[in-house]
Amino acid sequence: MDEQGIFSKMVEILRAYTKDPSILDKATMETHILNDLKVNSARLVDVIIKCEDVFGITIEDDDADKIGSIGDAVGIIKIKLG
Amino acid sequence: MKKRVVITGMGVVAPNAHGLDNFEEALRGGRSGIRFIPELQELNFACQIGGVPQGFESTRKSYFDHEKLLSLNDNIGYASVSAVDAWTDAGFTMPDSDDDRVDWDTGVIVGSGVGGMDTIAKTVVPMVNEGKVRRMGSRIVEQVMNSGTSARIAGLLALGNQVTSNSSACSTGNEAVIEALWRIRMGLAKRVLAGGSEGASPYIWAGFDAMRVICRKFNDQPEAASRPLSATASGFVPGSGAAVLVIEDLESALERGARIYAEVLGGAVNCGGHRMGGSITAPNPEGVKRCIRAAVSDAAISPEEIDAINGHLTATFADPGEVKNWAAALERTPGNFPYINSTKSLIGHCLGAAGAIECVAVALQLSKGFLHPSVNCEDIHPDITEFKDKIPQKCMDYPELKTIAKAGFGFGDVNSCLIFKKWEE
Repeated sequence: MDEQGIFSKMVEILRAYTKDPSILDKATMETHILNDLKVNSARLVDVIIKCEDVFGITIEDDDADKIGSIGDAVGIIKIKLG
Repeated sequence: MKKRVVITGMGVVAPNAHGLDNFEEALRGGRSGIRFIPELQELNFACQIGGVPQGFESTRKSYFDHEKLLSLNDNIGYASVSAVDAWTDAGFTMPDSDDDRVDWDTGVIVGSGVGGMDTIAKTVVPMVNEGKVRRMGSRIVEQVMNSGTSARIAGLLALGNQVTSNSSACSTGNEAVIEALWRIRMGLAKRVLAGGSEGASPYIWAGFDAMRVICRKFNDQPEAASRPLSATASGFVPGSGAAVLVIEDLESALERGARIYAEVLGGAVNCGGHRMGGSITAPNPEGVKRCIRAAVSDAAISPEEIDAINGHLTATFADPGEVKNWAAALERTPGNFPYINSTKSLIGHCLGAAGAIECVAVALQLSKGFLHPSVNCEDIHPDITEFKDKIPQKCMDYPELKTIAKAGFGFGDVNSCLIFKKWEE
């Protein structure tokens, strides 16, 4: 899956956890999940689980801790998918 | 002088109605909320009926956004909808989630008897047993912590006074109102959202079914099953739902021109100590009487001023004893006994929500001047035949109605009693 494909899927995953999903329509790789999308920090755990299910991968806690922006998540997922 | 305390808003999600107008109509019409529940039959429950708020899935979707809905189990969902309804009914508006202002003068005391058992049973236990803790997600603690209801309500309404969840079995809802009364009297809050809630779950009801204290003889006649005061009462019908009342300092209510449903004149709680016939599951009659007398005394009225009683009256063997305890505590005879009805005859026993839902019924009856029928007791229990004329079998217009006593008695031998008075300028 290319970067754009992973990005699109990430945006869809985040829709359920974002207070105002319309912000996602203008999301970029730089969009910050907590600061820009106002996702509750406790819900990052749920986003990670959803990513694991959607992409069929396992994201270790150390990797999860590095995710700030959508681009950070896309990068990690891309590596996992090989 | 004691601060006076009043009810300025109410919200109710009951098995027979959602919302005050619907609930009043259901009370007046003697409408039952008891239904056959196929899941209980499939699970081999002896009792296969219950009181569950109807159509709640679509109700909650119309109140909360997709993000909040993920964290609302039955218990918290019922409580949250009731709280929002009570808040807007009291004349307040819902705060925007981006608005950082906090209402430091308003608190929340809303508890439950058992709580988020559906989350524990359907998610926590199976996932832990399968070694999948890592995949449970972030929403478990907030749904199973005992304070989950009050915590959620505080966030929805940006409330910053005391926020807590009490628990005293079937006395929980009443106790919350009494705690609110005390907090306001002490000058520690201007208003408190007080109430109780309980989820609808076989996992909550299973223990009661196993004890054989819930109704097993009326599975084919659900609406006739909840029979408080009846000779053929055969155990309580499990119920669920929630109610929240905005309990407010009279000064604050008058200042903002709030509509007032009733005054909370006084209240008392105690425990029978599991002695003198009391136990973990049965009330000590002395404890019950002392609690009623303490509430009357706290209200600073004399017992003969009580026009009606909304009893605990669950449809177990304890009902006749309760009537006699009321008579003894209030020093009333069958001839001058107050009217007495049981809201549980219509909605079953909503456990931690029971007291709160029934307090809403009391406030509506006082403010509108009626007594709802206590249904399914056409065959009054032989031990209380002489009280027959004091049990309304049909809705009764009662414009002179001024004072109602409301009680709740719970497992643990705990008691609560409240005295409400019609609000008059």
